[in-house]
Amino acid sequence: MSAMATSAVRAPARVNKQAITRELILRRIFQYTILSALAFLIIGPITVAVLGGLKTTGEIFAEPFGLPAVARWENYGGILVSELFWRQLGNSLLIVGGTTLGTVFFSSLLAFVFARLDFPGRDLLFNYFTLGLLFPLTVAFLPVFIQVRNLGLIDNHLGIILPLVAFGIPGSTLILRGFFRAIPAELEDASYIDGCGTLGFFWYVLLPLARPALGAIVVLQTIVSWNEYFLPLLILTDDSKWPLPLGIMQFQGQYGTDWGRVMAFVSILMIPAVLFYIFTQKYIVTGLTGGELKG
Amino acid sequence: MSSIAGQRFRVLPPQRPAGRNRPRTTREQLLTIGLFVIPGAIIYTLFLIWPIFQAGYFSLFKWNGLGVPTDFRGLENYVQAFNHDVFQQAITHSLIITVLSLVVQLPLALILSVTIGRKLPGRMIFRSIFFLPYVFSEVITAIIWGFVYHQNGMFNTIFGTIIPGYEPITWLADRNLALYAVFAVITWKYFGLHMILYMASLQQVSSEIEEAARIDGASEWQVLRFITFPMMAPTIRLTIYLSVLGSLNQFVLIWVLTAGGPANATHVLATYMYRFGIKSFNLGYGSAIAVIIFAVCLIFSVGYQRTIMHRDYAGAVE
Repeated sequence: MSAMATSAVRAPARVNKQAITRELILRRIFQYTILSALAFLIIGPITVAVLGGLKTTGEIFAEPFGLPAVARWENYGGILVSELFWRQLGNSLLIVGGTTLGTVFFSSLLAFVFARLDFPGRDLLFNYFTLGLLFPLTVAFLPVFIQVRNLGLIDNHLGIILPLVAFGIPGSTLILRGFFRAIPAELEDASYIDGCGTLGFFWYVLLPLARPALGAIVVLQTIVSWNEYFLPLLILTDDSKWPLPLGIMQFQGQYGTDWGRVMAFVSILMIPAVLFYIFTQKYIVTGLTGGELKG
Repeated sequence: MSSIAGQRFRVLPPQRPAGRNRPRTTREQLLTIGLFVIPGAIIYTLFLIWPIFQAGYFSLFKWNGLGVPTDFRGLENYVQAFNHDVFQQAITHSLIITVLSLVVQLPLALILSVTIGRKLPGRMIFRSIFFLPYVFSEVITAIIWGFVYHQNGMFNTIFGTIIPGYEPITWLADRNLALYAVFAVITWKYFGLHMILYMASLQQVSSEIEEAARIDGASEWQVLRFITFPMMAPTIRLTIYLSVLGSLNQFVLIWVLTAGGPANATHVLATYMYRFGIKSFNLGYGSAIAVIIFAVCLIFSVGYQRTIMHRDYAGAVE
């Protein structure tokens, strides 16, 4: 029955090739119109910010999309020559470095145990580590703040890095465990025959093979720790230790009405984020979709 | 990192249990397990699990955060919270954002993912653009949108040029508008994440089955409705889960945009906790709010996974 219907429909379809091409063209026009309109909504505000960094406040308000009469590079220059900006950048990089290193280190060790070793109580322990997925840092900041204070880590970058690592562990362990488990047991047996111990197998076989997953974790934790705003706000009272997200809020408080300078600062933070995104998109997508979508 | 929760529902291929050929739990293995697990366990317990249990304890005290809590009040903080009209509003606002995310943000992402489809020329460019805001910090997003919504900002300038006799709207200062304006920013930042997940899922749907249905005379809509969407169902169920948890946990974006104002019109659970817990030096009370938020997330997660997602969940986590 279905075979008959198939051949019956297929024959005229070949004849009407022209009609199909026209339909395809109409469909493409429709698709591109919708997608472009939405793309404008995404890119519009970003463009306004980047252009705004070169304008006076008056120009920004009068013509958000227009080019400035005279490009005010001093908006950018003023920020880039200030010692404060570079110190905040240093603080941010310290937090990012500590967080990503710590997360990769601890979660790859954990994931290895949960993926490749067999011992009583393993699944219970694994469930304990995934419990954290239910409590994102964005709502757990108050209890975390109390704990960091009790441990005497106020005004210490470790008071930010260690909680970020702790909250990164559940998701990262889960991703890595999936990758580690997908590596065939034959490979493990072979490495033992070749004289590797458990550690040797972990270091020489498993970690290199899980590189896409490790990359994904580094990239996602970099984004999270680079963007983190609230934990530093609560924990760092000494503003010489502030990272950039706090710095830009302070800057906005200072120059709130000078939108040109604020937009310049926004752009200085945004442009590296865009570049980072372009170069690491593959890993981000791998991390979020478990490798199902090719980057 | 909440988005990564999706990983746990991936169905892993069946395989031989690791280490079957070796004696179980030798001394060397025990040492490995100890050395590998204990460091991570300490940090994880100290900075995630322990604070959460501690919040449950502190929530029973009236405590300004200095010294050790001594003024035991039982459940008073909880009673006080549920009787506070601002907290009731915050719950309502969190629910509104959750519902809007489900009926606006997810369908938008779904429609976009099928519009981009599998072979549209330039699909990578569109995918990259739509996902871009996800990598920006909440702070930057809030500052940019602060300008877009500004009284003389981008929206009012554009509408003023297009629409004759247009009166500038104060988007974030209007009690009736502010919450929806905030929601638009949330959508702007996060719909790309759901779209990426849908696109990944769409690649798993076999186009041959869709083709077969078309040949049998199904319309485009019928193909989507009866073949494509049902085959994407596990991902759709997952994004619903992520979207609800994400909405309940909105915080920084809203705080920087409106700080819960005007006149508490945009307070959600987390902004309420910050404003009335930490800023008012009432850490006992704030802990009670934290416990309430955790309870809501926990009940939803367990309920949803047991009832809706159990099919996708089976086999992923033992």
